[in-house]
Amino acid sequence: MGAAALGPARMSRAVPRPAAADPAWARRVAIALALAVLGLCFLLPLIAVFTEALRRGLAPAVAALTDPDALAAIRLTLLVAAIAVPVNMLGGIASAWCIARFDFPGRRLLTALIELPFAVSPVISGLVWMLLFGAQGWLGPWLQQHGIQIVFALPGLVLATIFVTFPFVARTLIPLMQDQGRDEEEAAATLGASGWQTFWRVTLPNIRWALLSGVLLCNARAMGEFGAVAVVSGHIRGQTTTMPLHVEILYNEYQFAGAFAVAALLAFLALVTLGAKALLERLTGRRASLHP
Amino acid sequence: MTASGGLARFPPRSALPGFGLALGVTLFWLSAFVLVPLTALALRPWEHGLAGAWASVTEPRVLAALRLSFGAALAAAAVNLPLGLLLAWALIRYDFPGRRLADAMVDLPFALPTAVAGVALTALYAPNGWLGAPLAAAFGWRIAYTPAGVMVALVFVGLPFIVRTVEPVLRDLPVEAEEAAATLGATRLQTLRRVVLPALAPALLTGFGLAFARAVGEYGSVIFIAGNLPLVSEIAPLLIVIRLEEFNYAGAAAIGLTMLAFAFVILLLVNRLQWALRPWGRRA
Repeated sequence: MGAAALGPARMSRAVPRPAAADPAWARRVAIALALAVLGLCFLLPLIAVFTEALRRGLAPAVAALTDPDALAAIRLTLLVAAIAVPVNMLGGIASAWCIARFDFPGRRLLTALIELPFAVSPVISGLVWMLLFGAQGWLGPWLQQHGIQIVFALPGLVLATIFVTFPFVARTLIPLMQDQGRDEEEAAATLGASGWQTFWRVTLPNIRWALLSGVLLCNARAMGEFGAVAVVSGHIRGQTTTMPLHVEILYNEYQFAGAFAVAALLAFLALVTLGAKALLERLTGRRASLHP
Repeated sequence: MTASGGLARFPPRSALPGFGLALGVTLFWLSAFVLVPLTALALRPWEHGLAGAWASVTEPRVLAALRLSFGAALAAAAVNLPLGLLLAWALIRYDFPGRRLADAMVDLPFALPTAVAGVALTALYAPNGWLGAPLAAAFGWRIAYTPAGVMVALVFVGLPFIVRTVEPVLRDLPVEAEEAAATLGATRLQTLRRVVLPALAPALLTGFGLAFARAVGEYGSVIFIAGNLPLVSEIAPLLIVIRLEEFNYAGAAAIGLTMLAFAFVILLLVNRLQWALRPWGRRA
């Protein structure tokens, strides 16, 4: 799997000329089938979430969202993302600076290692932290002696979230900065700008939209992550449950209206992300990749 | 990309500062959050010896879960091939009202939290759901709480991978080749089969590999709809969670490592096949 196939791509479209065009009936059938697939696979589940959430009207949905446990879950989700996203943003910028601006042996290996978390199951992304810090983990007994809580607490949730969202910013910035080349920065440095001046005045303005798009995608995944945080959360209601985990708890308690109300809020967040992503793509002319 | 032709040097010579700091931050970030935890995954399965690790991945319940996870992931990726090709074709080759919206929709499974997808698909395909009820009445099919439900969830999460990998190749495909085929007397269907499809094959395989890799490890969208019956509809990632709850960390790590190893082998095979299918004229 080459990184080139996954990275941002140009968005222009080739319009086929008559000799290579399909007959009108085939075009119509293909469009109809494509729309049917989209509707059945994607639109219908989305409609189901909002319908189920509002099945008994707006009041129960609002009540489910303003329930103390739900509010705690929303706060925790925001807090986890507020820590995990900046960590991966700083790491992403640093890695893009050394990989796209310098030639050194091991650059390719480093890029591949940064992409590694995307190849790992979410559950394994949580499991690795249990193996280190869980009750039977390597450091578990020591942590217990010293009264330090990592798993089944905020630090564990943050670590698992950092792991699953690790490559987002780096993989948006590295190909862009490689394409842009280092001429502008070298010119600034030659003219006497310091390293930080070069970064703030030259590099950052050139990458700001890509950076924003990487942060956006990173944040969407951080807030929506389920598998990895489910493993390290311990499901302590109102304390270690993020929004997706709160959906699971309510659903398993057969509180469907509440579960779907929180799910609808998450779905709304996803739609906002998709809209912002489409806007950024039009602004930059580059495809932003949401996926591994 | 590399400005200098020859061998890269360490530390690199450059007019730009900040290499040491940036590399230091990168290596700390990568080691602390990825490499050290993954080392634990590589080392923990063996603490009861090779026999212990072997026993924990060959018990019938684990084997059944691995078979389901890998089998359903491969089958779902195969179902996604024609669906993804159709979507990519319609979105790139045709213009129709709502095309931009449809294009944005394709990313939904990437953006929608997996737990939300899980409860939504379960609501749709449950025996009393919008799709589950008619399917049960018409054909007697049960989708939710069976391995078929696992497939439905994996098709949902995997579809965008095929679309998004095929799209750029389809967009850059030279129209001249299709025109030449038409001029030489090929029917449109022949042109598609002999000219277009071979050119798209490597991208289709890449998409297949990505969809498969995602599906093997998928958890959130599957556990709600699967029913999670041991030996029948229990996926391997769920069994990892169960082993952790039993405080059997070595067993959990053994299943995790097995999943990663198998996924890696299958992706390697896909890569080799892709190499063999490389279209003429493109540089290796």
